[in-house]
Amino acid sequence: MGRYLARRLLQFIPVFFGATFLIYFLVFVIPGDPIAALGGDRPIAPSVVAKLREQYHLDDSLPVQYGKYLVDMVHGDFGTDFRGRPVSDIFAQRLPVTARLALVAFAFEVVLGIVAGVVAGIRKKGFMDTLVLATTLVVVSVPIFVLGYTAQLLFSIKLGWLPLAGIQSGWKSYLLPGIVLGSVSLAYVARLTRASVVENLRADYVRTATAKGLSRTRVVGQHTLRNSLIPVITFLGVDLGGLLGGAIITETVFNLPGLGRQVAQSVINQEGTVVVGIVTFLVLIYMVSSLVVDVLYAGLDPRIRYE
Amino acid sequence: MSSTRVEVPEQLAPPSGPQPPAERVAGLWSDAWLELRRRPMFWISASLIAVLLLIAIFPGLFSRGIDPRDCHLKVDYEGERVNNFLLRPPYVAQPDMLDLPVPDAIRAGHWFGTDLFGCDYYAMTIHSTRNSIVVGLSVTAGIVLVGLLLGSIAGYFGGVVDSLIARVTDVVLAIPTVLGGIVLLSLVRPRDRGVALVVGVLVLLAWPTVVRLVRGSVLSVKELEYVDAARALGAPTRRIIWRHVLPNALAPALVYAATTVGVIITAEAALTFIGVGLQVPALSWGVMLNTAQDSIIRAPHLLLFPGIFLSITVFAFILLGDVLRDALDPKLR
Amino acid sequence: MLSTPNCADVTQTVSAPHPPQANSAPLLEVSNLAVEFRLNHGVVRAVNGISYRLAAGKTLAILGESGSGKSVSAQAVMGIIDTPPGFITSGSVRFQGTELIGLPASERRRYRGEKIAMIFQDALSSLNPVYTVGYQIGEMFRRHRGASRAEAKLKAIEMMERVKIPLARERANAYPHQFSGGMRQRVMIAMAIALDPDILIADEPTTALDVTVQAQIMGLLDELQAETGMGMILITHDLGVVAEVADEVAVMYAGKIVEQTDCTSCFARPAHPYTFGLMHSIPRSDKKLARLNPIKGTPPDLMRIPPGCSFHPRCEFRREVCFTETPQLRLVAKDRLSACHFAESVLAEEVLDAR
Repeated sequence: MGRYLARRLLQFIPVFFGATFLIYFLVFVIPGDPIAALGGDRPIAPSVVAKLREQYHLDDSLPVQYGKYLVDMVHGDFGTDFRGRPVSDIFAQRLPVTARLALVAFAFEVVLGIVAGVVAGIRKKGFMDTLVLATTLVVVSVPIFVLGYTAQLLFSIKLGWLPLAGIQSGWKSYLLPGIVLGSVSLAYVARLTRASVVENLRADYVRTATAKGLSRTRVVGQHTLRNSLIPVITFLGVDLGGLLGGAIITETVFNLPGLGRQVAQSVINQEGTVVVGIVTFLVLIYMVSSLVVDVLYAGLDPRIRYE
Repeated sequence: MSSTRVEVPEQLAPPSGPQPPAERVAGLWSDAWLELRRRPMFWISASLIAVLLLIAIFPGLFSRGIDPRDCHLKVDYEGERVNNFLLRPPYVAQPDMLDLPVPDAIRAGHWFGTDLFGCDYYAMTIHSTRNSIVVGLSVTAGIVLVGLLLGSIAGYFGGVVDSLIARVTDVVLAIPTVLGGIVLLSLVRPRDRGVALVVGVLVLLAWPTVVRLVRGSVLSVKELEYVDAARALGAPTRRIIWRHVLPNALAPALVYAATTVGVIITAEAALTFIGVGLQVPALSWGVMLNTAQDSIIRAPHLLLFPGIFLSITVFAFILLGDVLRDALDPKLR
Repeated sequence: MLSTPNCADVTQTVSAPHPPQANSAPLLEVSNLAVEFRLNHGVVRAVNGISYRLAAGKTLAILGESGSGKSVSAQAVMGIIDTPPGFITSGSVRFQGTELIGLPASERRRYRGEKIAMIFQDALSSLNPVYTVGYQIGEMFRRHRGASRAEAKLKAIEMMERVKIPLARERANAYPHQFSGGMRQRVMIAMAIALDPDILIADEPTTALDVTVQAQIMGLLDELQAETGMGMILITHDLGVVAEVADEVAVMYAGKIVEQTDCTSCFARPAHPYTFGLMHSIPRSDKKLARLNPIKGTPPDLMRIPPGCSFHPRCEFRREVCFTETPQLRLVAKDRLSACHFAESVLAEEVLDAR
């Protein structure tokens, strides 16, 4: 296990540097005048430009630039907006909202997705199976924002069950957006679980377990389940990235004051520094969560652990 | 391997008397076609795609001769009036402007009603097909080509080349598509964000997955003996890759490609909706939805029609991907 | 390779744990078993009416090529055929007089593992990769005998020691992929004999192993059988293995038993052209041959079994009648069954002289 962890960390480090450097390079090096590019079409006062150039170390050489940028990041400094407000303040204020939203979505997709996938996989070609396949296909096809607005129109306006937007209603505010956000991932989780269960049911060790006189419940529930979940766990780690991207849209549709909505607004207001800062932060979260998932994966699959 | 051949058994010279029937010779692709042919899902998705392609290529045929830009409201913005249309977004519509409610609009000849500026929504929806299809197909073609190239090189040659490509792949994969797209596109001025740029950005972000896929296929074939045999017979590397290794990777790549077209179309719509993708006056479902954002509650038809078209398009491609996968996967038969 | 077959010593003694049968019913009696698989593109008739008996302490070897139906027939006895697409279309399987086919699933399950156990060819894929071997062996005790985890673990270690896995106590916590092929097969055997079954079915237990390990495993099985007096059905395509341990041999082809006899006779004087061909195809280390002598042709597609005698397309002894009349399995000499119209002429040939 130790060796696997060490290897994984060793893999993580170049990716970390690579990704952050890539973002830095694309944002601050490639454009002729990075500050202007970040500002888009808005006119920026020269004093602000100077201040920003200093802040982002743009007058230093490239390696130094990048190095200082990293050091800043480690200290929690992700830059400022054009009025001088630190991006880290924005995080502190808006992160909890996004976190709650992501949590609801995640719980929804994991629980419902796995259950649906297992049931569909066990009764291949049965009613549940067809239902799951059809529903997931539809859900994946309809874009999140369309789903979101439709859900709003249906559940908030027509039926009045859930709040329309904003976070005034406590946890209920997160329910509909969370479900919408998790729906696409739910589809993938269900399909993946189903495929994995179907494949594992065909495995030789299932034949052995049956030959040992074990009941069908035990063969499926105990033996195949754990094996089936392995690829699903791996997917969930990758999926967080999709959730973060989807959060931007969901928060916009449901008007939740989270990081995602901030990004969307900053895009419209052409506040490039905020966009870059938040996105970098989100990418970091994503990378760390992938690492965590990989460790979890080793916990589940001893073949990986003892390599 | 490009085909699995069932061997005709060596029969002894038969004397008079009944003989067992000759064996059927099959190949992976002809088998797959037979499988595909008999699945209704294939025909459904294929016809949907065919119709969509027609609409994309010849929108005029379907839009009843209505010009999507011939709107009731001809707007002046800072005195600039070019082709009777806005140049510079954003322009916030006032509540008392012309958007006809659907029943009235239909009576007036607008099947899908109109948007906030009085443009025929049906014509807009039809004409928007082209952008989405173009983006979906170009990006997919791009990443498949890049993927086939890099993936076969990485898989076949292994070693340093493979590690290098793997590291680069890891880095790009660490950046989620939507987030990366937002960062990249937000650096470009809105007026410069055209189809070409969006296609370029999406290709840049999405190529790694195909590389991994192809690399995996190549690796699984590389160790097979007939590659060794070909090498022993003196076949040059390029030929080995082209004739023996690539065809094996083709099947999963094809399945992936079909599904990916749908995924890309969704991604582009998402980016455009957020505001970093295509912009007004480009005709795209994403743009239509973005523009309609604040008015959806009181005019749901603004959501409905582009939403339906978008969903059907994505659905058709993903369905095709599903069907192809079922037909090409020998284990599932 | 084989100058005189060294078939299992018929005089081995059977010691205590299994008292003689209370009734005179044989341990296992299979009659007219037929299994088919109904697929999209046709019906595969995998087993077409086979019958045999197994007595305690004896080893029956079911010999055949791939596609002869030998594995399927064993799975039918165990009751582990996937239905659909597999269906037992006729026949009976009686264990100590009790009919197993048609029993409700919950009852049928009580025989599996406890009375009749099975081991498979590829131990790596046949063991669950995410559980320790101790857990998997212990599962037998936990599920069938209601043992606690701790008890089961102790029993598992005991079993592992019985099959001669060194350092059993520590290795019980290891995972299947951490063992070598031979050790894994021992784990499978440990699992199978855990509850002291009356019958052990071994489906190609040594095919995936090295020759030396093969010998060890067969030796182990032999020992265990001597200790417990269990009956063994050995399914294999390896003539060498058959020669080592079998008392009786049933040769299967295209889903039918074409010859059934004691081991020595099978090798020395085969009574069916197929067996004849098999014996002839064995390379001889004491004679320099210019060419090998395989049986020409390939086994039939089980969806399209030739009419008449299913072996006739490849048979050197065939005549007109073989194309149309299906030969029945019949007594052609003392204790010797053969399904051939011309079994007597085959018997008259000697295998051991040069051809």
